[in-house]
Amino acid sequence: MKNPYLPYPVRIDKIVIETEDRNLKSFKFLFLNADDRKAFDYTPGQFAQLSVTGKGEIPIGIASSPTEGDHLLFTVNKMGLVTTALHNLSEGDIMGVRGPLGNSYPFDAMKGKDIIIIGGGYAFTTLRSTMVYLLDKKNRADFGKITLIYGARTPGMLLYKETLEEWSKRDDINYNVTVDREAPGWKGIVGFVPAVTEKVAPSSTNAIAIICGPPVMIKFTLPVMTKLGFTPEQTVTSLENRMKCGIGICGRCNVGPEYVCKDGPVFTMAQLKEMPQEY
Amino acid sequence: MEYKILKKNNVDTFIGELKKKYKFWGPKKKTKQITFGEVSSQQEMCLEDFTNSSMSPKGIFFPQSEIMLSFKKSGEQANIYKDVEISPSPKVVFGMRPCDARAFSLLDKIFTNDQFTDNYWVSKREATTLIGLGCNAPCSTCFCTSVNSHPFDEKGLDLLATDLGDRYLLKVLTEKGKKMTEGMSSLEDAKDSDITQQKELSTKAEGAITSHVSVDKIKDKSVLELYNNDMWSKVYESCLNCGTCTYVCPTCHCFDVQDEVSKEGGVRIRNWDSCMSWLFTIHTTGHNPRPSKKERVRQRFMHKFKYIPVKRDGEIGCVGCGRCVTLCPVNIDIREVANLMND
Repeated sequence: MKNPYLPYPVRIDKIVIETEDRNLKSFKFLFLNADDRKAFDYTPGQFAQLSVTGKGEIPIGIASSPTEGDHLLFTVNKMGLVTTALHNLSEGDIMGVRGPLGNSYPFDAMKGKDIIIIGGGYAFTTLRSTMVYLLDKKNRADFGKITLIYGARTPGMLLYKETLEEWSKRDDINYNVTVDREAPGWKGIVGFVPAVTEKVAPSSTNAIAIICGPPVMIKFTLPVMTKLGFTPEQTVTSLENRMKCGIGICGRCNVGPEYVCKDGPVFTMAQLKEMPQEY
Repeated sequence: MEYKILKKNNVDTFIGELKKKYKFWGPKKKTKQITFGEVSSQQEMCLEDFTNSSMSPKGIFFPQSEIMLSFKKSGEQANIYKDVEISPSPKVVFGMRPCDARAFSLLDKIFTNDQFTDNYWVSKREATTLIGLGCNAPCSTCFCTSVNSHPFDEKGLDLLATDLGDRYLLKVLTEKGKKMTEGMSSLEDAKDSDITQQKELSTKAEGAITSHVSVDKIKDKSVLELYNNDMWSKVYESCLNCGTCTYVCPTCHCFDVQDEVSKEGGVRIRNWDSCMSWLFTIHTTGHNPRPSKKERVRQRFMHKFKYIPVKRDGEIGCVGCGRCVTLCPVNIDIREVANLMND
């Protein structure tokens, strides 16, 4: 029987410094054992526990899409004990990945619908995964119009700049990447995510919106969504809480009766309305 | 249903027979504390004046600290976590109170869910044969009958023993229990009168429970209705967040996972944790979803009486053992809290 607490060994294949403050790095992992990759059967929206020996584990959203191949991508903000240790690792180093954990974005419900992806700051990781998944040749036809609204404080704080560049050239995305204020060399949109959302005004007819970002962004974006006619059932988000086991046992990440690690992290606003605000 | 008689002057032979195949555990008195541990004779057990162990016996399957994985720092396998061997030796535990066994049956469902199996718990549970001991004389703080349990509850047990004075009546409840009794010369067949006597004792014990709690209306109230109830502003006031209730509780099962490092490598361990702790939920950003004592106290009671029932077909997350009532240093009484939730 497989031990759900045992991480798969992975090798760090590539490290990319994503942002100008150098606080966000993306780690590309390759599994040491090919069978482990097969067992790691994931869907965008899920997360994994990253292990650095002697330091511990942290839950991080998966930024790669299963359509991209055998590697996994995680973008990690340097924040505490494990993330700092992770930032100090080098390409070629061995570490552990445990997962995939949690539910995912509701792709079955999203099929045949217009998709609105709204992200802010470094909460864009599982949204990158989702975008890549939706845009994959095999999947694209299953979904309607795709609207992307993604904001960061400055151009230098945007994640995945090369990927954004590719998306900006596609004609099947309503592409709206914004920064908080004017910046030298920035020719794109300027403004906060809620205001940009109001301007872009995606239709709520036969649509599902996924919103991930800092609490303040979500707080001001939700009323805009309501104004645009999005019901709580059509509006999806992803929660974070302190976690340990990641499999619904150790008891700390619950929001009411729901465990963020196992019942979540993805919830609709309709579900959140019935739950205490313990997140 | 199969019944056996174990005469009290035969208990040492009984233990001797079992020790050929199993480790034998029973309740022991260490200074003032009663704990379950390995024993080799009846004399070592404190069965005559035994009410219940001071701590919940959950540690038999869920130790306070437990090694889960190991790793080395150097060599070919450096920084790769490895399973540690889990091969618990077969064990018979005698004298488990029915409330605690019921708690195990709930934890069985928590440590195994639809996707994952916690083998650290499961392997020890499977290797253990539990002989319960019905409560002829429940304590004043017992309220098992209010939370769907009973002084002679059979759930979670392999055998249920009843003290009939000079002998125990053993009711065989599971295949595992049956296997244990097979070929034992210290056991005799029970008479119908023994079974009648057991039933009388069970009814008498039920009547002897003086604590009653009402939980019937909680299921009709929504999570948010209970969560936003004004009562929590009062209930938490005296709480010290010491965590005693969580450590002595037979159904509390929260744990922390940590890495410990030595010279050559290290281990990943899990330790009991407590929702009473501020650290339990704090994010690295400093944000804490349960920032004050009020949220933490509410979490514990909501978990027992609402969250677990919502997720598990109405099964209550409290078995009425009364340990937290006895041991809370500021006299927070779970019975009163449950009644307030039900009001």
